[in-house]
Amino acid sequence: MRAAFRPASLGTLRARSAWLFLAPSLIVLTAVALWPLARTFFFSFTDAELTQPDIYELVGFDNYRTLFEDPLWWKSFSNTLVFAAVSVSIETVLGLAIALLLNSHIKGRGAMRAIILIPWSIPVVVSARMWQWMLHDQFGIINHLLKGLGLIDTGIAWTADTNLVMPVIIAVDIWITTPFMVLLILAGLQMLPRSIYEAAAIDGVPAWRQFTSITLPLLGPSIAVAVLFRLLDALRMFDLSYVLSSNSDDTKTVSIYAREILVNFQDMGVGSAASTAIFLMIAIVTAIYVTLFRLNRRLLGA
Amino acid sequence: MVRSPSLKVLHSFAIYALFGIVALYTLFPFYWMIASSLKSGQAIFDVTFFPDLKLNNYEVILSDGVFVGSLLNSLIVAVSVVSISLLLAIGAAYALGRVHFRGRSIVMMMVLAISMFPQIALLSGLFELINWLGLYNKLGSLIFAYMIFTLPFNIWVLTTFMRDLPKQIEEAAIMDGCSPLRIVRVIFLPMMGPALISTGLLAFIAAWNEFMFALTFILTDENRTVPVAIALISGSSRYEFPFGAIMAASTIVTVPLVLLALFFQRRIVSGLTAGAVKG
Repeated sequence: MRAAFRPASLGTLRARSAWLFLAPSLIVLTAVALWPLARTFFFSFTDAELTQPDIYELVGFDNYRTLFEDPLWWKSFSNTLVFAAVSVSIETVLGLAIALLLNSHIKGRGAMRAIILIPWSIPVVVSARMWQWMLHDQFGIINHLLKGLGLIDTGIAWTADTNLVMPVIIAVDIWITTPFMVLLILAGLQMLPRSIYEAAAIDGVPAWRQFTSITLPLLGPSIAVAVLFRLLDALRMFDLSYVLSSNSDDTKTVSIYAREILVNFQDMGVGSAASTAIFLMIAIVTAIYVTLFRLNRRLLGA
Repeated sequence: MVRSPSLKVLHSFAIYALFGIVALYTLFPFYWMIASSLKSGQAIFDVTFFPDLKLNNYEVILSDGVFVGSLLNSLIVAVSVVSISLLLAIGAAYALGRVHFRGRSIVMMMVLAISMFPQIALLSGLFELINWLGLYNKLGSLIFAYMIFTLPFNIWVLTTFMRDLPKQIEEAAIMDGCSPLRIVRVIFLPMMGPALISTGLLAFIAAWNEFMFALTFILTDENRTVPVAIALISGSSRYEFPFGAIMAASTIVTVPLVLLALFFQRRIVSGLTAGAVKG
């Protein structure tokens, strides 16, 4: 009864102050994410140009029709899916293997963990430049070594060859981002209770059985979350292809395609339609993935 | 596990051999970058594993006003992004991690969803907004745009961290009539050191490395950040590519990040995993 006479209870006061503390972040997130997303969606139904976005007419679904009739869009689309699927799969397997290696209790694993962090922490542009130089057809060290081993006679044009450029991009991406996988999987490994392994060892369960019937099932959710983050990243890949093979249609990703239409061709309508299509593609992939692996509770920390 | 001594030696030998392979694979490109940057003139085209330690390439790149300017620009952007995103995130994390109010889980879900947005989906809307704010071709455009990937992540990690802090001290402070602002400043902030370092470092790395927005929102050379500056270094033809200068510039940009990664290895890893493995 007494509470009814108070102007506001402690709980309400705290809730009110919570919104005050949240407000600046919510305003910034609205301005930098929700509003631009809504505008992009809106522009995808107009014929606006980048230089004069306020002069436009509504054109319905014309931009989407233009987009879906462009073979280069579909080429970029399939490039992106191939890149994401192949690179993330290899990175997961390799990441798991290296994480298991680093999880062994042996001297020097701290140093290894530090070493492995380096490729991930430097700009992708720098990694791309480094590999571009190593893969140079005339002066690159990789061709030099291959020639030295007698495997090839003339240098291979790694980033110019239509059939090689995508595998090369994937290989460089594996070098850049496997560390991320290793670190996330390693963190998952270190949370597994040791007692299970001790019990299994006493029961004489062989090491590979311990791996398949204890480690993998318990590690599943950690791997699933790590793969989701990598997948989201791979589906929006931009810098690696842009620097390593900027002119090649064989490695053009949807992000590069959309930016090209938007900035180089100044076509805000079709560019926004492509951006919206990418947004929907990634939202659908995420939704399927999260439902498939029942990650919603885990992601929200419930 | 019971094993014979010889098997044990073989086992650890195999592990060290694998360590060696992984380390070589990871580090050789860096060695090659540094070695190439130390070769002068035509020497870069000879494959020699031990360079002659010439600093010509560094002289060239460091006397280039545009490159030095881009280093400074990157530093300004990264430091501003870290400070602003941490300041905002601390307030949000207090609200989301310590107070139970209606709409809390919806806000959390929104923050998580925004952190998954592909940046390209925002490009045209951001372009319009940045023009409208008068930030086009100014560093402010990047400081603003980089909130999209630093703020949700910081809020997320700091919230999970704050949620796990003990209740008692805060309750005592509330009873004493402390304002929420004072509680955050006096009680929580001192306890959050490690989490702030983790998230701050990751925000710094992300802002230092970003490429697409920096390529799109900055028009002139003197306002560019380092990744774009390095991506745009080019020669007059494919055969005159200034790889020596590019390798020197790449080395200069990489050194601070490598030092950060080595010194703060634990903090970076715990920041990276805090969002993902918590459950």
